[in-house]
Amino acid sequence: MLLMQKVGEWFDLRLQLGRPIRETAEHPVPRETASWFYVFGSAALTCFLLQIVTGILLALIYVPSAGEAWNSLQTLNHGISLGWFIRALHGWGSNFMVAIVLIHMAQVFLFGAYKFPRELTWIVGVLLLLVTLGMAFTGQVLRFDQDAYWGLGIGASIASRVPVIGPWAVNLMLGGPIIAGATLSRFFALHVFVVPGLLIAFVGVHLLMVLKLGINEWPMPGRIVRRATYLQEYRELTHKQGIPFVPEAVWKDIFFSGFILVAIAVCAVHFGPFGPSGQPDPTIIQTAPRPDFFFLWLYALLSFLPPSAETPILLIGPAVGIIVLLALPFVAGEGEKSWKRRPIAVLTILLVAVGLGTLTHLAEHTPWSPVMDAWSSQPIPAEFLHGRTALERHGALVFQVKQCHNCHSLDDRGGQRGPALDSVALRLTEDQLIRQVIQGGGNMPGYGKNLSPAETTALVAFLETLHPANQKPARNASQTVALGASEVSPR
Amino acid sequence: MSAENGISRRAALVKLGMFLNGIVGAALAVPIVRYLLSPVIREKKIGYDSWLSLGGLEQFPAGQTRLATYRNPVVNSWDGETGDIACWVRNVDDQTFQVFAINCAHLGCPVRWFAQSNLFMCPCHGGAYYQDGSRASGPPERGLFQYRYKVEGGRLLIKAGEMPTPGQPVANKAGGKTTCS
Repeated sequence: MLLMQKVGEWFDLRLQLGRPIRETAEHPVPRETASWFYVFGSAALTCFLLQIVTGILLALIYVPSAGEAWNSLQTLNHGISLGWFIRALHGWGSNFMVAIVLIHMAQVFLFGAYKFPRELTWIVGVLLLLVTLGMAFTGQVLRFDQDAYWGLGIGASIASRVPVIGPWAVNLMLGGPIIAGATLSRFFALHVFVVPGLLIAFVGVHLLMVLKLGINEWPMPGRIVRRATYLQEYRELTHKQGIPFVPEAVWKDIFFSGFILVAIAVCAVHFGPFGPSGQPDPTIIQTAPRPDFFFLWLYALLSFLPPSAETPILLIGPAVGIIVLLALPFVAGEGEKSWKRRPIAVLTILLVAVGLGTLTHLAEHTPWSPVMDAWSSQPIPAEFLHGRTALERHGALVFQVKQCHNCHSLDDRGGQRGPALDSVALRLTEDQLIRQVIQGGGNMPGYGKNLSPAETTALVAFLETLHPANQKPARNASQTVALGASEVSPR
Repeated sequence: MSAENGISRRAALVKLGMFLNGIVGAALAVPIVRYLLSPVIREKKIGYDSWLSLGGLEQFPAGQTRLATYRNPVVNSWDGETGDIACWVRNVDDQTFQVFAINCAHLGCPVRWFAQSNLFMCPCHGGAYYQDGSRASGPPERGLFQYRYKVEGGRLLIKAGEMPTPGQPVANKAGGKTTCS
C-alpha cells in the first residue's frame, strides 16, 4: 500500500494531474441533478467507448475492399473465435447509441437545458447527433452486402437531385462513376478516421462546457431564466445546497451505463450480429434492399411523398430541420425551463416520436411494395370460386396470371399496394371496372395492351362477383333507364 | 529588439513566419483539393463510356425482355463483383431494341421484369413501368433509363460506364416518356 502511494506521488510530481482531476470529480452540482433523468449523456459516451473498442477489434480482421469485404465479414461471423459476438456488440452498440442520443436530446429539450448560458452546448449536441447518424450510415455501408450496395444507390440517387452540382456530388460520393471499390474505401476512411475524429472533438468540447458551465439544474415551474441574473442564481444553487459530483451523483451514471452495456451484450448474444445479407453482386436482382432501423422512417417517407414534392422536401427538409435545431437556443434562450409549463415543447416531442414511430412501423411492413410472388404463391381463397360460372373462374385465373394479386389482396392475402378487392363490385360498376382495368389510373398501370378482350371480359366478370352475398353490386342506374330494365341483365 | 515603433522585431518575425506558413499551406492545399476532387474532375479515361458487348443477338429473342450483364469498362482489380452490372434488354422486333438500366428511376433499386403482366416492378417503393420503359405508376417521376445501343457483327453493344441517377440524364437522352393520368 505504501509502495503504491509512493509510485503515485512519483508520477504526480511529474504529471501534476492529481489535483485538477480531484477538483473536477468533486465539483459541486445542484442536489436534484443526482437523478435517473440525468444519466443519458454519460450512457451515450459509454456506448461510444464501446464502439471504439469493438471497432478496433473488427478492424483487425475486416478488409475494406469491395472484392473481399463480404468474405471477411463471413470469416468474422464463422471463422474467428467469437468474431460474431464482436460484430454483434458493434451493431447493437450502434443501435443503442443512436437511441440513447435521441433520448438524451429529448430529455435535455424538455428540461430546458439549451437555454442561457448553455446555447453552445446544445449546438455542439446537435452536431453530435448528426455525426452519430453519419457513423450509423457509413457503418451500414461497411457491412458490404446487398443492402449496403443498393443503399448506396439510394444515397447517390438522392445526391443527384441536388440542383446544378448533383452529378458531381454523385461522383464525389461514389469515388467514381459506379458503386465499386473506391466507394467502399472512402466510406471506410469516413467511418474509421474522419467522422470518429469529429465525434471525439465534439464530445470533448461538449463535456468541457458541461464542466465549465455546470450541469443544468432541475427545472422548477416558475423559476425563470434571465440573462442578467441566471449565473448568480446558479452559483448560489450549487454552492449553498450543492453536492459533490463524485460520489453523490456519479453512482447513478455508473449503474445506468453498466445496465446499458449488459443490455447491449444480451441483445448481441440473443439476436446475434446484423447480416451480412447476400453478396454485393449487382447482377443478383432478386433482392428487396432495406436500410437499417434508424433510417427506416426515411425509407417509408420516400414512398409516401408525391413525386412532384419529393425532391424539394428531400433536399430542403433536412436543412430546415437542422436550422430549427440550431436556432432553438437563440429563439428561446430565456424563460420557463420546466416542461410542465411548456406544452408546445411536450407536444413537439410527442408529435416527432409518434411520427417517427409510425413511419418506422410502416417501413417494417412496406404496404406500398407489390408482393412480388403473390401471383404464384398465394392462391385465391376457395370461397371466391364456389358456384361461379366458367367465365368467372377464367377471370380468376387471369387475376392470378396477370399478377393483379401482387398489388390487390383478397381475404387479406396478396399485396396492399392497391385497394383490397373483397367487395370491389360494390364500389365500381361493370363499366367502371372495365375502364379501370384497361386504362389504369389512380396509381394503377393500364392493362389495355396486356389483356385480350376475352381476358378483360373474364376478369371483369370475376371482379363483379366480389361483393357480400347480401349486398347487390353497384349498377349504373341511368343505364337501366336509358336501355330499359329488361335489356340489362343482372349478374 | 525593443518595441520603439510599437512593434517588436520578434512580433514582426512571428507575423512573417505565419504569413510564410500561410503561403505554404495554400500551395499545399491546391494538390490536396485536386486529389480529393479527382472523381469529379477526372479526364475521360480510355474505355470510360465505351461500347460494351451484351452478347450475341440469339440471347435476345424477338418480343421478349431478358436480363443481360456486362463488366463495367473502368474497374480496379479490387472491385470484385461490384464491377458486374445488370440491365434489361427488350427485343422489340429484331430490328429495334431497348436496353434499360436495372436502376429504378426513383431511387436506384433493381427493378424486376414480369413477363406475365408486361411490367417492370421495383421492390423498394413500388414503382412500376410498362414494357417500353415508360412510367406506369408509383413514385418514379419518369420512365426507366435507357442505354444507347447498336448491333454489330451479330452482337448487341451498349454505351455504358456510369450509374444512371435521376439528376443525371447522361446516358439516356431517349428516356421513357411519362403517361398521362
